[in-house]
Amino acid sequence: MDQSAATLPLKPKDYKSALKPVWCPGCGDFAVLNAITKALAFMELPREQVALITGIGCSSRIAAYTGVYGFHGVHGRALALASGLKAARPDMKVLVAGGDGDGLSIGGNHFIHACRRNMDLTYIIMDNEVYGMTKGQASPTTAPDWTASKLTPQGSGVRPFQPAGLALTAGASFIARGFTGDPNGLAKMLVAAMEHQGFSFVQVLSPCPTFRPEQMQWKHHVRALDAETTNNPIEAAQRIQADDGMSTGIIFQNRYPVFRPGTGVDAGMGSIESEFLI
Amino acid sequence: MSTRHPCDISIAITGSGGAGAITAGELLLSLAGKNGCFGMMRRSFGPQIRGGEAAAQVRISHVPVECMNDSFDLLLALDWRNAERFAEEIALHQDSLIIADPAAGEVPTAIRDLHHEVIPVPMQALAKDIPAARPNMVALGLLSHWLGFCSDEAGKLIDEVFSKKGEQIRAGSRAAFEAGFTEPLIIEAGEARPRPRRGEPAFDGARWHFNGNQGCGLGAIRGGIRFAAAYPITPASDLLEWLSPRLEQLGGSLVQAEDELASINMVIGASFGGVPSMTATSGPGLALMTEAMGLAVASETPAVVVNVMRGGPSTGIPTKSEQVDLNIALHGLHGDAPHLVLGALDHADCILTTEWAVRLAEALQTVAIVLTDQLLAQSTVLISEPSYELPDINARLVAEPAENYQRYVITENGISPMAIPGTASSTYVADGLEHCESGKPSTAAADHQLQLDKRSRKIEKFDYGEHWADVRGEGVIAILTWGSTTAVVREAARRLEAQGLTVKVIALRLLLPASPKKLTTELAGVERVLVVEQSHSRQFYRYLRAYYDIAVDTHVLARPGPLPITPAEIVGQFESWS
Repeated sequence: MDQSAATLPLKPKDYKSALKPVWCPGCGDFAVLNAITKALAFMELPREQVALITGIGCSSRIAAYTGVYGFHGVHGRALALASGLKAARPDMKVLVAGGDGDGLSIGGNHFIHACRRNMDLTYIIMDNEVYGMTKGQASPTTAPDWTASKLTPQGSGVRPFQPAGLALTAGASFIARGFTGDPNGLAKMLVAAMEHQGFSFVQVLSPCPTFRPEQMQWKHHVRALDAETTNNPIEAAQRIQADDGMSTGIIFQNRYPVFRPGTGVDAGMGSIESEFLI
Repeated sequence: MSTRHPCDISIAITGSGGAGAITAGELLLSLAGKNGCFGMMRRSFGPQIRGGEAAAQVRISHVPVECMNDSFDLLLALDWRNAERFAEEIALHQDSLIIADPAAGEVPTAIRDLHHEVIPVPMQALAKDIPAARPNMVALGLLSHWLGFCSDEAGKLIDEVFSKKGEQIRAGSRAAFEAGFTEPLIIEAGEARPRPRRGEPAFDGARWHFNGNQGCGLGAIRGGIRFAAAYPITPASDLLEWLSPRLEQLGGSLVQAEDELASINMVIGASFGGVPSMTATSGPGLALMTEAMGLAVASETPAVVVNVMRGGPSTGIPTKSEQVDLNIALHGLHGDAPHLVLGALDHADCILTTEWAVRLAEALQTVAIVLTDQLLAQSTVLISEPSYELPDINARLVAEPAENYQRYVITENGISPMAIPGTASSTYVADGLEHCESGKPSTAAADHQLQLDKRSRKIEKFDYGEHWADVRGEGVIAILTWGSTTAVVREAARRLEAQGLTVKVIALRLLLPASPKKLTTELAGVERVLVVEQSHSRQFYRYLRAYYDIAVDTHVLARPGPLPITPAEIVGQFESWS
């Protein structure tokens, strides 16, 4: 890794590590990695001021492929790790990333609470509607009649979550949907997400060529949202409900109070010890 | 044999929830402190928020006391509602006195033997005649007179406490206190029978007044904790409530998380950011945290978990004490996950042990679990100012900016410099996946072996000094214990000594890693060992069998909660053991 030689402004490749991704050829996650590094380069953020926090799954391996600080934690808890880091280190730019199973199934509780807590974090879900690392099981975004899994050969029989709608009702202040087939558009969307004050959620349609080869056709269905970003949650809800989940763009953005615990000012032990005296 | 000293009196104040029994007990203990006494108060609640039962169990003495006595000398009942629920917690003895309001009806048979003298004081009626007065302040007056406390001192305390609630309540409380203090029935009863005399206080200095949860909180911030994340759970919530504003004052913060899974992961995230961090919980919460504690071990991220034990398993008996999370603290982590487990031995020790745990976790970049229990956490003591000295422990080893930084570099003592985010050119990825020295994931056998060795070596090779245990006394008999039963064992040892039987009390503070050689040294010349613990399945005894070599005749006093183990129970072990 030749990071030391790189001086600002850094190029996108300067934000990558020397590790070769474990992802399958054609995996959408490569494009997410490229979009993140492009966005960081565009924003001219020093590598050491950025942290990428992930959970477990194919997409969560992304932390090790960047040259910023990272934490590859346990399954489903990336948002909690990131929230702790951001609370303790508000000076850091904190990105969080993972898959649909990591974020919406095992980590579902943290997702809704991160939305309503509105800390200044950017959360990327690489949504391929499948558990890849465990070899192809239905996730919370999988259609109920998907029968290719040995675990649920008759289909899961359970209707999928609509991630954008979930984020909206949980109180997220920035909700966007991107597509790995448009890495430049995705990079711009990530810049907007990182510049947003508060919790920004970006659902990225990221096809899995191995377990969901049919998703390689997504490029023919994905289209840009036919409306401007709204700050009206009722309008946003209607758009999300009316859509098939394939429209990309920033769906909703509003200014909600950002949760920033602590004042950061150390007033000293003061009277704390003497409180114990009678 | 009488174990009673006229200057060592145990009083129970009972009432239905909201009647003010606890407030009266707290004020009585504060007054004891102002009158140069030592003491302790245990709160006993049912799970109800209001309308349940509440009992303040207060022990006041001229010498230091840190556990409850076997039984109560005086029971003051504000009313008898739900009395049967706490009857078994408030054992009376032959000469116990009962003060009760006749308006509350007959003394229930669950409480009273026929020979107990009952002084009927119409506390409700006395309070009714005074505006804004409550019967619990009449009770405080009665008890203060009985104990020979100064009424001026009491008046000042009442003014101090109640002036916040407005002039009417302050004046009413003070008048109610005076009504109790000058109640002829009490004065007459006091003259008619021997009552406790105030002894010479053993120590004239100031008193510290705190509960174990506050002690742990103080130890934590002394150790450098500046971030906490937690989910409310009985009996740990008041530790968190104490900590929250104080962390703010120190420039840190406490975040209320959505669950315990989030709390521990937030702690790990904050600690990764370079800020010493902790959470506090109780059994069920600890169970939820065990996966992420494995992450902290593998990623070598310092984290402190204070676990306040309660009756288990499952929801169990949340408001009562038991020493039953030892097994999960020792063995609950998955994989080979060396970590630290410490147990606080008494109230003052909550401060020491938590501070020590924070410093150790930071120095060794691992998880430290501090075990306390409901009895320590929610009972208040009145003791001399605690003082202790911890050995010098290095702060977290922070990496300087370096090219080709290797987060998990193999070192002789197993500790690798940790780069704090923000440090230029040392970016790395902390990982729960097994990794090589750089942090890159690895499934290679050699890397696994090297990293397992390193994580175990840093803990095993560290010199923990003399704080591994608290050892008191000498003798051919040793009592081995841990946690809140320590204070009870010490009191039993004093009684045994008065009978001519000297006993060595060994209370283990550092439970993991174990110190088998040190214990063997302490047991040289010991012929018999009694193990004392509050668990049904003998968790501590099994731990001793697993980690130590105790080659002498060993007896075990192991009993579950919710009733605390008493000094008399321990002394009784020696009567039947010959």
